[in-house]
Amino acid sequence: MNAYAGTATLTRLAFRRDRVMIASWVIGITAVVLGSAKSFASLYDTPAKRASLAQSTNDNASLRAFYGPVFGWDGTGALTAWRFTVVGAALAGLMAAFIVVRHTRDDEETGRHELVAAGAVGRRAPLTAALLTACGAGLALGLAAALGLAAAAQDGAGAWVFGLGLAAGAAVFGSVAAVTAQVVETGRSARGLAGAVLGAAFVLRAAGDAATDDASSPLVWASPLGWIENARPYAGDRWWVLLAPLGFAAVCAVVAYTLAARRDLGAGLVAGRPGPPVGSPALSGPFGLAWRLHRGALAAWAAGFVVVGGVYGGLADSVADLVKDNQAVTDVITRMGGQSRITDAWLASAVSFLGLLAAVYAVQCVLRLRGEETSGRAEPVLAGAVGRTRWAGSHLAFAALGPAVLLAVGGLAIGLAHGSRAPELAGAALAQLPAVWTVAAAAAALFGLAPRATGAAWALIAVCVALGMLGEAIQLPQAVMNLSPFTHLPKLPGAPVELLPYALLTAAAALLGAAALTGTRRRDLAG
Amino acid sequence: MTTAIDATGVRKTFGRTVALDGLDLTVREGEVHGFLGPNGAGKSTTIRVLLGLLRTDGGDVRVLGGDPWRDAVALHRRIAYVPGDVTLWRNLTGGEVIDLLGRLRGGLDPARRAALVERFELDPTKKGRAYSKGNRQKVALVAALASDADLLILDEPTSGLDPLMEAVFRRCVAEERDRGRTVLLSSHILSEVEALCDRVSIIRQGRTVEAGTLSELRHLTRTSVSAELAGPPDGLARLTGVHDLAVDGNHVRLQADSDRIGDVLRVLVESGVRSLTSSPPTLEELFLRHYRDEADDEAGAAR
Repeated sequence: MNAYAGTATLTRLAFRRDRVMIASWVIGITAVVLGSAKSFASLYDTPAKRASLAQSTNDNASLRAFYGPVFGWDGTGALTAWRFTVVGAALAGLMAAFIVVRHTRDDEETGRHELVAAGAVGRRAPLTAALLTACGAGLALGLAAALGLAAAAQDGAGAWVFGLGLAAGAAVFGSVAAVTAQVVETGRSARGLAGAVLGAAFVLRAAGDAATDDASSPLVWASPLGWIENARPYAGDRWWVLLAPLGFAAVCAVVAYTLAARRDLGAGLVAGRPGPPVGSPALSGPFGLAWRLHRGALAAWAAGFVVVGGVYGGLADSVADLVKDNQAVTDVITRMGGQSRITDAWLASAVSFLGLLAAVYAVQCVLRLRGEETSGRAEPVLAGAVGRTRWAGSHLAFAALGPAVLLAVGGLAIGLAHGSRAPELAGAALAQLPAVWTVAAAAAALFGLAPRATGAAWALIAVCVALGMLGEAIQLPQAVMNLSPFTHLPKLPGAPVELLPYALLTAAAALLGAAALTGTRRRDLAG
Repeated sequence: MTTAIDATGVRKTFGRTVALDGLDLTVREGEVHGFLGPNGAGKSTTIRVLLGLLRTDGGDVRVLGGDPWRDAVALHRRIAYVPGDVTLWRNLTGGEVIDLLGRLRGGLDPARRAALVERFELDPTKKGRAYSKGNRQKVALVAALASDADLLILDEPTSGLDPLMEAVFRRCVAEERDRGRTVLLSSHILSEVEALCDRVSIIRQGRTVEAGTLSELRHLTRTSVSAELAGPPDGLARLTGVHDLAVDGNHVRLQADSDRIGDVLRVLVESGVRSLTSSPPTLEELFLRHYRDEADDEAGAAR
């Protein structure tokens, strides 16, 4: 068992390093499941309403593709499990993949692995510790979600299958990430590859569910997420189906160990290609550098906006169909969308969601500045003939203009998938910009004036997301809602356009941006 | 103008920590100036002040006749900098970083760039994440040495280089000096400083404790003498300026203050000298004396 020496210590280290992250995932996903159980309980409080929801969903291919078919509708637990078994397992898988890559390829890249491996640590210990940590986090998530759902639905049996499904998702994609971490040389590519496998699993399942209304398609059975779907919590509780994803995870782990044994430290199966020996003329000055650093992420985000916009746009007509019989659900959607026509309200809530996503992107661009500073990469740039304003501006330009690109692309995608009004929807999406800018400028002001607190920008995002996604549904007081800049935007498309909120938000963003640049010019640079 | 760097009484505090406590540093134009001090003495902080990355809390700093904080951009066209811990962008190749850093400064000489890449045996097609520490340093060194900057600020530039590359580095710095450029070289490698530097400044706890040419500094310290005599020595112990005296029969070993060496020799000659070796203080001894003082101070403070 020498190959596993030190596994326990490394696992404890991993849990110690990740305790905040794992706790956030567990609490976040459990909270969403509970919130959703609560709203199912109040919105679908009679068997007739639940049956009608199930009927409309199962009759509609695009809804089945997105959420999967409804297997059972005799209670809140069944509906919550329908909505979250696959999505929850996918999120658990994402968490597990991040954990595994963080403790394998990332550690190898930074040299921490070397430090550890030089100790009395077995060859297989680091990978084993990473897998144990990921599975432990998955079990914790499954347990928390199961307990929560059992309490909310007042029905325990199905909740355990639901929780096991989430844990199985973590096991599957954690092991997939263990393989991808052996195949490619960087943590970033390993995460990307594992994410692509997860995306493919979701698409296979979606295609299968679009084709059949009882999840029996071979496409569904070709996807680990399809297996987890077929465990059917609260609708048969076929827990033994979950043996399939566990077996798949075990096979992946064996493959990962085999690959790890055959490669050198630091190397991947796919060798990194050499790059150009000289810098192209475009790579000159801080803006040329910023373009190189941001372009990949911007392209990936744009692709994400196309997918999200496409899904929302494609569902627009089905949603009107789905909720026409249920006044309570119609009320929630129209409140979130801020208007009476249900399709407009759905499209407006889609546009708001894109706005929030764009704010996440913008804040990430601002945080990149801080990352460049603390890693020491800003130092040689600023030791060149580059002023602080130009350096900061090169990254802030992406925080300001990147969201414009993303929102235009996302708005067009909504319109194209919806089949009409593409220019109008692109315009509606672009109208989110002043609020996005305000959030980004506030993050930049933190960077300029209180650099150690730059990370608090995520709290801004959390507030905006919480208020934007849940505020209307749980009817928070207006004074609280007003804290988010997004609250002040007219709900487009459909609502009348008022110029004043746009002007005020843009002015606020400009003021915060000016404060950010002034602070950046005046303060010491961390190193 | 004859001073490239002129700093007097520089103070810098980070919260309660005093990083620089009245530091003085004068670097003349055209010289290679060694900048020495134990870890945490404030070398990198000083360099970051000289680059205008940190603002001073007091004192006066002029770099190439300008204010490093206010005139940062204009000055940086004339300054090339190699950080002690070079971090590169993961997805940019070494060659791209060299060109980028050169262009940020206003361009570099392609012929010199090519020659330096060759001399340092650097593979410019590798991505930043794939370089070892030494190779990352070579990237920054090539970018700095291929520039036309008047002042090179090098912060422990050879800490990751192998001996062969270190020799290349020494030749390059000597060539830069011959071209009339000024170099501020922060280093722990004393043989490197001895070989390259015209003058040195030693700092400790944010203050300059010693500055001058190497021969001036040697004068301040002790010479070690080892002699085989015809008979037992007489009167050595009574001499002022003699330290660590060890007499073993006719064999004598001692340390003498450099300005007292004549008195010591006179006493030795009286006893009849069979053989004598005397070695001037190395920079290392000089350096250790200051470092040891610090250790003593700390021991004293702890008591």
